Amino acid sequence: MTIHAADFRELRLEGMRRAFGTVNALKGIDLRIARGEFIALLGPSGCGKSTALNCLAGLLPLTGGSIWLDDQRIDTRRPEQRGFGMVFQNYALFPHMSVRRNVAFGLLMRGVPKAEAARRVEEALATVRLQAQADKLPGQLSGGQQQRVAIARAIAIEPPVVLMDEPLSNLDAKLRLEMRAEIRRIHEGLGSTTIYVTHDQEEALSLADRIVVMREGEIRQVGTPEELYAQPAHLDVADFMGYRNRLPGRIAGREGGLVTLDMGQGGRLTGTMREPLGETAVIAVRPDDMTTTDENASGVPATVRAIEYRGREFHGIATTSEGIDLFFHTERPVQVGTLVRLAAEPQRALVFAGEAA
Amino acid sequence: MHSNPSLSTRLWATALWVAVGFFVLNLLALIGSVVVSSFGTRWLGTWLPAGFTTRWYAAAWQEFQLDDVLLVTFQVAFSVVILSGLLGVPAAYAMARREFPGKRALMLLFLLPLLVPPITYGIPMATVLYQTGLGGTMAGVILANLVPTVPFVILVMIPFVEQIDPRIEDAARVFGAGTFRLFVHVLTPLLLPGVLAALLLVLVRTIAMFELTFLTAGPTSQTLVVALYYSVFAAGVRAVQAVDAMAVIYMLATLVWLVIALRFVSPTQIVSRAKQQNAH
Amino acid sequence: MSATAGPAPTLRLRLAARGLDTVTLLVLPAALVILALFLYPFLYGLWLSFRPKDGSLLGNYGRFFSDPFLYDTIWTTMRLAVPVTVLNLLLALPVAFRVRLMRRQRLLTTILILPITLGTVLVAEGMLFYFGAQGWFSRTVMTLGLSSGPVKLTNSYTGVFLSLLITGFPFTFLLTLSYVTGIDSSLEQAAATLGAGPRSRFRHIFLPLLLPGLAITFCLSFVQAYSVFPSAVLVGEPARITRVISIAAYQAAFEEYDYSMASAIAMIMGFTQLAVVVAVLASRQLAYRGPAGGGKG
Repeated sequence: MTIHAADFRELRLEGMRRAFGTVNALKGIDLRIARGEFIALLGPSGCGKSTALNCLAGLLPLTGGSIWLDDQRIDTRRPEQRGFGMVFQNYALFPHMSVRRNVAFGLLMRGVPKAEAARRVEEALATVRLQAQADKLPGQLSGGQQQRVAIARAIAIEPPVVLMDEPLSNLDAKLRLEMRAEIRRIHEGLGSTTIYVTHDQEEALSLADRIVVMREGEIRQVGTPEELYAQPAHLDVADFMGYRNRLPGRIAGREGGLVTLDMGQGGRLTGTMREPLGETAVIAVRPDDMTTTDENASGVPATVRAIEYRGREFHGIATTSEGIDLFFHTERPVQVGTLVRLAAEPQRALVFAGEAA
Repeated sequence: MHSNPSLSTRLWATALWVAVGFFVLNLLALIGSVVVSSFGTRWLGTWLPAGFTTRWYAAAWQEFQLDDVLLVTFQVAFSVVILSGLLGVPAAYAMARREFPGKRALMLLFLLPLLVPPITYGIPMATVLYQTGLGGTMAGVILANLVPTVPFVILVMIPFVEQIDPRIEDAARVFGAGTFRLFVHVLTPLLLPGVLAALLLVLVRTIAMFELTFLTAGPTSQTLVVALYYSVFAAGVRAVQAVDAMAVIYMLATLVWLVIALRFVSPTQIVSRAKQQNAH
Repeated sequence: MSATAGPAPTLRLRLAARGLDTVTLLVLPAALVILALFLYPFLYGLWLSFRPKDGSLLGNYGRFFSDPFLYDTIWTTMRLAVPVTVLNLLLALPVAFRVRLMRRQRLLTTILILPITLGTVLVAEGMLFYFGAQGWFSRTVMTLGLSSGPVKLTNSYTGVFLSLLITGFPFTFLLTLSYVTGIDSSLEQAAATLGAGPRSRFRHIFLPLLLPGLAITFCLSFVQAYSVFPSAVLVGEPARITRVISIAAYQAAFEEYDYSMASAIAMIMGFTQLAVVVAVLASRQLAYRGPAGGGKG
């Protein structure tokens, strides 16, 4: 492949802010992105991740802070002067231009000589494996093919940074898996820097080198997929990473990094402390780490409400006497209506500050 | 794109707003001068009339027999509204729900009266109406006005019908409702907002329709807008202020319905229907 | 499917299979009204136009195209309708581009609906006073020192031109606006991220996508302007400079009572405006005519 990403060392966001009227959509984002990284901006809708991407592209002016590409300040530049590639959620292909002209558009705007432009268009089309469709109009392509054209169009201009705004959200589940692999392959092949917005944590975990979890216009945590998965720093990040079981309790004992919580009604769980705690705390456990136990000294008593056989093990839901639903996996067949004790390994149960879920 | 506008962009925007402002200002001043004149006593060579009075309204009412003219206007307008509703809504329903041979030709037939300006087809139509003895009568005026309004109702109502889930009708039929009862009990309530909007616009259009009424009306079947035309045409015979007073009454008669109509439809909708018809 | 060989399907069932049932019949009354009041008179007018008083087949058309007092009306009408329509379109396009970014479009569009609703007669009546020698417009121009004497814009070509501008612009603008707002804004954003400045975005993205819509807008606006009647009489100079074709048709019908000639003029009017419309729409075939969206969304 001879399309190469433009050279730079680092993209820096310094206190990036954006307000819509009195609503602060971005409350000061600080982030350093190294060349060649694949960054996922992850968060629920309305968390500011798309606003952040539009600010980076220059489609929305900042209301505070700055954006730097090495030592050049770029937030004052208009989008056409930034040279970032962008893949839009609805693809935004020009409906009146053939696939080839769509991909060539950015090169035409840059005044790239014809012969070189033609070569780069062919390469971009080859990268996304769409040479055969080059003379069709976008309206004649399937959703997945349109997606590829949008990517080819963004990479043909050899941008320093490629911005992707939920590019897979309009595709069906099977195509989404295929395109996920494709996007990662293109990213590695080009050595480009990619910033990828998504609300799907599975997509973020499988694609990104680093994940930026956002909530209410702020960065909650930055880390590799492994770090975020195993050690979320806050309860809301844990929530996003699949820690579905949350039990509030009083702190009954501390030992090193471990904290034991008393939930009342004979319920006790020990977990790893993730942030400074007061009197009360919340313990969070993933369903696959929550299981039944025979020990009477630990665990939480709960009544089984539903149980499903899933091949290797059973998945169940049980309700505590406080009415909290707990999701658990077990290898033992338990009956609906029976009282079980549910527990988790202390390393797998995380304790966060907070009153209740 | 509202990102960091450059100086030239801002100048361009300012120039445009000045142009739009100029247009709106002239428009409002134009309407304003009619209103001011209708309340003025003597207005010659000054910015404002020498004094203000309401006597021109009484004079206009007397001279132009506005009670008769208004009565005719509303008789014509409401007859047109009712007839075009009764003819147009069922037709729109059939056009929206059924595929049948000749549907495209029929659609073209309904489009043409909206695309050909009234003065073009109005002259041959008036000729026919005069030959059948309907020319110059109120019936003739009503019939003439149906030509643009029936297709208008059909074209406005087709999308309204299409957005109603046909399964609702199927359900009603399963429970034993015939076509007539289906219309009365199921479709009418569902279509009412659309029908109301379409008919209000028909009302506005009919009150303001000059050409067709002008070509077909006789002395006793003039509507307000035609009476206004004749009095402006014969300027000098009557006091300008009385004509202006009549113009204000005409404005009110139209605008009241427009304001009501705008509560049901957005302004662009009134025009963009024409666009959608032509896209095909 | 039936075990016993059933009778042949009734006529009613066979018609229903082709989509003709009671519901379809609901179009009949409306269709009959339009046939009787629109199509029949139109065809009758066409027939009548070939039956002039002198008995020859093409007598009316021969008379029209040999009498400059009559055939000049085509030129007079074109001279008004074409520039007004072009100007309206040129004004409407940039304004629509600004307005599409506004959040509160309703007030502006409502103001612009006013002249459409009030109609040409009222606008002409207002213009007689406002643009007259003693009107506010003339006084303002004099106060500002732009002119030494009174400015009278009525009873002239300018008067009719202005009245067509005032009544035509809102219609042209609202149509244009609906086309402009129909273009997915992400297309413009995509073009910007690919390096296209405002000019390039207009040339390469908006213009090609808008052309079909602008052609239709032109046609509809042109047809309205071409059939100008009341304002040509009231604020124009109907005997000479603004003697448009509809005046000629009206005079033939209601002053000379020559319905045959009037029908002929109406037909000529219809076909000349149709010629312009067909020419414009034919050139539309050259442009892209699909949805102006950015893809699936």
